[in-house]
Amino acid sequence: MTKSLPTDLAVIPDKGVDGAAARLTPERVARVIQILLAEEGGARLKVYTETCVHCGLCSEACHFYLSNDKDPRFAPAAKVKQTLDPMIRKNGRVSVDFMKKACEIAFTECNLCRRCVMYCPFGIDISYLMLFVRRICHRLGMVPQYIQDTAHSHSATLNQMWVKEDEWIDTLQWQEDEARDEIPDLRIPLEKQGADVMYSVIGPEPKFRAQLIYQAAVIMHAAGVDWTMPATPGWDNSDMCMYTGDSEMMARLKKVHFETAMRLKTKRIVMGECGHAFRSVYDVGNRHLGWKMPPLPMVHAIEFYYELFRDGKLSLAKKYDVPLTLHDPCNVVRGRGLHEMARFVIHKTCTTFIEMHPNREHNYCCGAGGGVINCGPPYAKKRVEGNRVKADQLAAAKAKGARVIIAPCHNCHGGLEDIVKYYELDMEIKFLGDIIYECIEKGEVDS
Amino acid sequence: MMHELYGFLRGPMLWVALLVFFGGSGYRVAAMWRLARKKDAVIFNYSSGYYALRSIFHWLLPFGSRNMRNHPVMTVVAFVFHICLFLVPLFLSAHIILIKESWNVSWPWLPDHAADAMTWMVVAGCGFFAARRIIQPDVRYLTSTSDYLILAAIAVPFVSGTWAFHQWPAFPAATLVHMASAEILLMIIPFTRLSHMLFFPFTRGYMGSEFGAVRKARDW
Ligand code: HEM
Ligand code: SF4
Ligand code: SF4
Repeated sequence: MTKSLPTDLAVIPDKGVDGAAARLTPERVARVIQILLAEEGGARLKVYTETCVHCGLCSEACHFYLSNDKDPRFAPAAKVKQTLDPMIRKNGRVSVDFMKKACEIAFTECNLCRRCVMYCPFGIDISYLMLFVRRICHRLGMVPQYIQDTAHSHSATLNQMWVKEDEWIDTLQWQEDEARDEIPDLRIPLEKQGADVMYSVIGPEPKFRAQLIYQAAVIMHAAGVDWTMPATPGWDNSDMCMYTGDSEMMARLKKVHFETAMRLKTKRIVMGECGHAFRSVYDVGNRHLGWKMPPLPMVHAIEFYYELFRDGKLSLAKKYDVPLTLHDPCNVVRGRGLHEMARFVIHKTCTTFIEMHPNREHNYCCGAGGGVINCGPPYAKKRVEGNRVKADQLAAAKAKGARVIIAPCHNCHGGLEDIVKYYELDMEIKFLGDIIYECIEKGEVDS
Repeated sequence: MMHELYGFLRGPMLWVALLVFFGGSGYRVAAMWRLARKKDAVIFNYSSGYYALRSIFHWLLPFGSRNMRNHPVMTVVAFVFHICLFLVPLFLSAHIILIKESWNVSWPWLPDHAADAMTWMVVAGCGFFAARRIIQPDVRYLTSTSDYLILAAIAVPFVSGTWAFHQWPAFPAATLVHMASAEILLMIIPFTRLSHMLFFPFTRGYMGSEFGAVRKARDW
């Protein structure tokens, strides 16, 4: 029942974190925390930390807690107890070593998936509190090296992957060339003014998964959509700065993204299958810019595909007949309620759909989101072992026959691939776009 | 001596306790409201009456959320505990008689044996919560001394209240303990974690609004 718990403060070595720790003094730590508590800590911080009745009802919401044999340190409220609570109680006078541990907890033991919000009777938002810790870390310059590198890329290039402007354009033209072998009249319209749709993607797409841009172009073509992609920075909708606590840079990124769409006089933005990018555009970045809702209509790919099928814009050459299951990504399901639309598209395009349990708003996070996968190799083992429940959940769906997992989110893809490999599940992971691309009638423009 | 203390607890101290409770509660909510206006404008921008109430409704309804269904024992205990906690002091015949003597107002009261049983349910609830804090590792990890003190602060006025009611040995002293501890409990509500009573509608309502109006999802 009560096995003895490890109480060590051992932290995983990380250049970014250790480097910062070497530079910091306790005085500086205290000062930064005090400033942030005073300037940015408002009623939410106060009420959340003061009304939590320590009931532990949120514990079982968290995949880290469940997967680490219910180690109490991974319970959502326990993450606050190990980080913000002492900072507030001691008015910032915590040690540098304490900050290293707090940094590791906030960056790598919480996916900001907001599942625990739905389990706490008070709706206490642990992800908000963990982001607050990350904000403190950011202001201390103490951020895991790998994710900080992507944040640097965002600052320098306005995209996540150090993609240069000409590389971006080259990639689009290369994908257009490739696609024209298959569909001779296909175009990837660059810089078209006044199109119905501006399609934006995340930095890793041109870098590692250019095939996805190809597929999107084929779908746009088949549905007869009037669309365009920008040739300038602003094409990348992703946002690691949102997760490193760099709110200023996050706001700048979202501004460029929105302004690019406005410069092109596009009617709305359609975003590729990514969850965190959607959160940053729909829910977080817009707020930092003072927009209650995004300043122009924008939808996630799931909703866009749903509309195309609902309006009969796409016709099918075949149905996808490998039995499959769906992983509901946190940021578009708990973040935007797109779960029924995803199922609509699946039922249109696939023959055998098997639900995993829990599902919809209650689905377990992939373990990669919230920037955790972006903290890189030092934390990979901990991340994958911290999501054994996901493996169990997938294995149960597999036992019912599912051989493919649809994950309409880039982060989820990365996270699930690692889990499938580590736990030897032998399942294939696909985007919704992969399935649609495979099944639709590609040749004719269907009007 | 006993009489003077009784007079003090029944008279001036009761007023002080009520003042601290209502004044303190008003102050805490108002101060938080002001702070939210200044630093968390987002709360007001996104709040939606409909979705706030939808969420509050699901979380005040027994077994209205998935987590309550996952923990049926905790759910039953928590609901019985809170319901009895409110009903007993407000609808106890002894309290109503005192109020009638003072101001000549009264309202229906609970049968004494029911009130007695409900009192023990509150005490048992405190025992259950305390046991949970000792036995369940995650709850124990989260627990600090103040959590036990809060449970004690609730149990004492209820136990001493029945003690006085049943006129068990030394019941006059129990009466004094009852009055003093109940007044202390009232006074600490706004300033401890018991303020969850004040902030529950706000935190739940805010999250309900964010989930319902912005994220188009359920939060229960
Ligand atoms: C409208 C008023 C109130 C609401 C909505 C409310 C709601 C809650 C909720 C949702 C919990 C979380 C865990 C659980 O379900 O047990 C809780 C716990 C608790 N409440 Fe309340 N409460 C209210 C008033 C009070 C009052 C007036 C007291 C005491 C004077 C109180 C004492 C407690 C205690 C001691 C716990 C913690 C149980 C533990 O130790 O785990 N509550 N309350
Ligand atoms: S990972 Fe998700 S469930 Fe766990 S603490 Fe973070 S937001 Fe809550
Ligand atoms: S469920 Fe809510 S109140 Fe209970 S420990 Fe978790 S965060 Fe605190």
